[in-house]
Amino acid sequence: MMEWFSDNGLLLGLALLDGLSYAALVFMVAVGLNLVFGVLRIVNVAHGSLFAIGAYTAASIGIFFASLGLPAWAGYIALVLSALLVGAVLGPLIERLLLRRIYGHEDVLQLLVTFALFMILEDVQKLIWGVQPIMQDAPMKFLGTVDIPFGEDVIPFTAYQLFVLPGVAVATLAALAWFLRRTLTGRVIVAVTTDKEAATAMGIDAAKIMLLTFSFGAGLAALGGALASPTTSLVPGVGASTIVLSFAVVATAGLGQIEGAALTSLMIGLGRSIAVYFAPEFEVVVPYIIMVAVLLVRPQGLFGVLETRRV
Amino acid sequence: MKRETLLAIVGALALILCAWAIPWLKFVLTVALAKGIAVLGILLLLRAGQVSFGHAMFLAVGAYTVAFVAPSVPEVLLLLPLAALLATALGLVIGLFLVRYRDIFFGMLNLALSMVIYSLLEKMYAITHGTDGIRIAALTFAGVSLEREVQEWVMFGIALTLAIGFGLLVRAYLGSPMGRALAGIKTRETRLEFMGVSARLVLLFAYVLSALMGGVGGALVSMTTRHVTPQLAYWTSSGELVFIAILGGAGSALGPFLGATAFELVRVYAAAAVADAWQMILGGVLLLVILFAPGGVWGILSSKLKGRGA
Amino acid sequence: MSTPLLSAKGLRLAFGGVKAADGIDLDVMAGEFLAIIGPNGAGKTTFINMSTGYLRPQAGRIEFDGQPILGLQPRAIVRRGIGRSFQLPQLFTEHTVLENAALAVASRLGLWSPLAPLLRPAWREEAMDLLERFGLQGVAGSRADALNEGARKLADIAMAVALQPRLLLMDEPTSGVAAAEKMQIVETLVRVLRQSGVTAVFVEHDMDVVARFADRVAVWSQGRIAALGPPAQVLADPVVQRDVIGISAHA
Repeated sequence: MMEWFSDNGLLLGLALLDGLSYAALVFMVAVGLNLVFGVLRIVNVAHGSLFAIGAYTAASIGIFFASLGLPAWAGYIALVLSALLVGAVLGPLIERLLLRRIYGHEDVLQLLVTFALFMILEDVQKLIWGVQPIMQDAPMKFLGTVDIPFGEDVIPFTAYQLFVLPGVAVATLAALAWFLRRTLTGRVIVAVTTDKEAATAMGIDAAKIMLLTFSFGAGLAALGGALASPTTSLVPGVGASTIVLSFAVVATAGLGQIEGAALTSLMIGLGRSIAVYFAPEFEVVVPYIIMVAVLLVRPQGLFGVLETRRV
Repeated sequence: MKRETLLAIVGALALILCAWAIPWLKFVLTVALAKGIAVLGILLLLRAGQVSFGHAMFLAVGAYTVAFVAPSVPEVLLLLPLAALLATALGLVIGLFLVRYRDIFFGMLNLALSMVIYSLLEKMYAITHGTDGIRIAALTFAGVSLEREVQEWVMFGIALTLAIGFGLLVRAYLGSPMGRALAGIKTRETRLEFMGVSARLVLLFAYVLSALMGGVGGALVSMTTRHVTPQLAYWTSSGELVFIAILGGAGSALGPFLGATAFELVRVYAAAAVADAWQMILGGVLLLVILFAPGGVWGILSSKLKGRGA
Repeated sequence: MSTPLLSAKGLRLAFGGVKAADGIDLDVMAGEFLAIIGPNGAGKTTFINMSTGYLRPQAGRIEFDGQPILGLQPRAIVRRGIGRSFQLPQLFTEHTVLENAALAVASRLGLWSPLAPLLRPAWREEAMDLLERFGLQGVAGSRADALNEGARKLADIAMAVALQPRLLLMDEPTSGVAAAEKMQIVETLVRVLRQSGVTAVFVEHDMDVVARFADRVAVWSQGRIAALGPPAQVLADPVVQRDVIGISAHA
């Protein structure tokens, strides 16, 4: 055991750090998916595409800023701008034009509609940004690396992945928890989540809340994508793997659980990055193994509450 | 019912005529029939109000079974049942887990599992040759090696025969107590339980049957195209199957074949021209069909025929 | 003195702070018609749900025909001979009434045949016969979601009867039905159930129905049985009059 650690300790350290930053990104997407489901009762299959579009938009704006000769920190403005753009333009557009028509319809129909949207957005993204990898890592380079002592070794790790990603995720979690519990709008959202009819009867404008929530969720997904963009080169197909992964998180945590989604993101993020270092061929499989294992024992998810149907 | 039979006979004859008149269409139509068989499985699940976004995994299992075994046993009549058997076995294992879930979970868990199969096919390079895929050498039919033209006719004939066979099977199944109970899952699952019936078992049977048909469809596709890649299991392939099911209409066992033929024919002409926008077009048409023609091609056809008093 | 068909002892179940069952003891005798009355939220439906395996009590035991049934799945309990109908009729809405009835017949006689048609002659005949007994033969070909409330209630109960239960638990068989139709529905029900020798427990808000058709009445109040006895005696009790019937009438 000790021998294994001295041989693989460095790798394990890297895996844990990688897992942490990866989990932060996964959380950003999963929490939005979860929030949108809570209020709209629709699992948006196109949620992963919003992540991808957020990433591409951030990279494009970043490249544009760089071409203007703006300093490197402007890359961070690009990240935020991208999230705002997707949240304020694409989100309302999708909600108004499409989702509004299918509230309260059969689940299979809602799934098909958002799946169709997913197919459309995947190609929109390809048409705008092409299929060649795009890389814009200025925001990550800007902060440089940090040397982390790990036993006798030192791991150089980017400060961006070490501080910015987990920092934003934790801040998002804290802000969301505060927002939903302490502000009026937040409480209204919770009320709509718990009982839409009752909330509407109390004079709450459910349509407005749904629009707001969906746009906010879209913005969160885009922010996740934007934050991810400096760490990787962007290629088509990221939307599909993101939605499947974030669904795995939401299913494992239990629908409607925000803190649960955070813990589960951490679990799945760490699990995946450990696989990346120690069994790379199983990298993609690990999150689903975790999910299936959890669901076999607790079908309602780790933190989910079992709903009984009324008869 | 009569109308359905008539349309099926006319359709089958039209397909044979097309394949005879335009030789290169044989290939396209064989693939369409093969996919139609797989889509029959999607149709079963749709009857239960469930949609699987991962059913291409069963096609992939059928196709890769052929690819793996063909070098040692190149016999079509052995490969087909073997592919069906393995897909059925996978369907049973996955189904035992999945039938506990409905709606969103059912759809997305299927998607997740298919992505697992996809990535295994892609990553296990030593066995699967990754994204390069595997070429399938010449096959024999009943021990006879066939020249190219004959082989194409044989594959077309097998696909058509199996399509008719599975079509009849599905029609009988949907009218049987198990098939009617399956449709009951969509509307009143609780009642099934209080009739002493396990809804999960009802769904499991349909799921395993759909996996079987997926495996057969995949085997036929691979025997026709003679090449398998992990793309077969990718989400876009599953999306196409769902698309075909909705396009054709879930109202009849003919729907999947109407949908698949229309889909493959359009793809021959359109996909090359708009390769980058292909998924977008599919998505757009899917939205239009769902929102404005929920019965699909079958729905339109049968209401037209009804209108004429046929 | 015969032994009870259904025997519940000390059933307790709380949802959060609400005691839906707070020590329920009840024996249902073979052949009797027992009415359950009481205000909304008293735990009447909870009792049916516990007796059919849909909810599990936190304490107590339930025996059917001398055998414990607690912990069994609803479908296992159904197979032992306890049927139930629902306050909101649970019909397969996309199927015809005849198919609904035939499915119920099929689930008793063997559902697991994937190739023979559901409406095979023998099952069709039994299903038609069942619908005739309930006066539903006229709507046999209609889709279940096209029926009026009274017919849906009857069809719902007919499906339970198709399973040939020995005990039938009915949750508000006449709620939502127009007053003029009510008596007719109950008369049909009682006739069919007496003919088939089915013991019945039914939740009811209409005291005229209770007075006319029940052999005994159990009064539910806050998860307990407040009174139990023949209708004439129980319904005349001033406490029941004030606390239950008064509230119930307005519920």
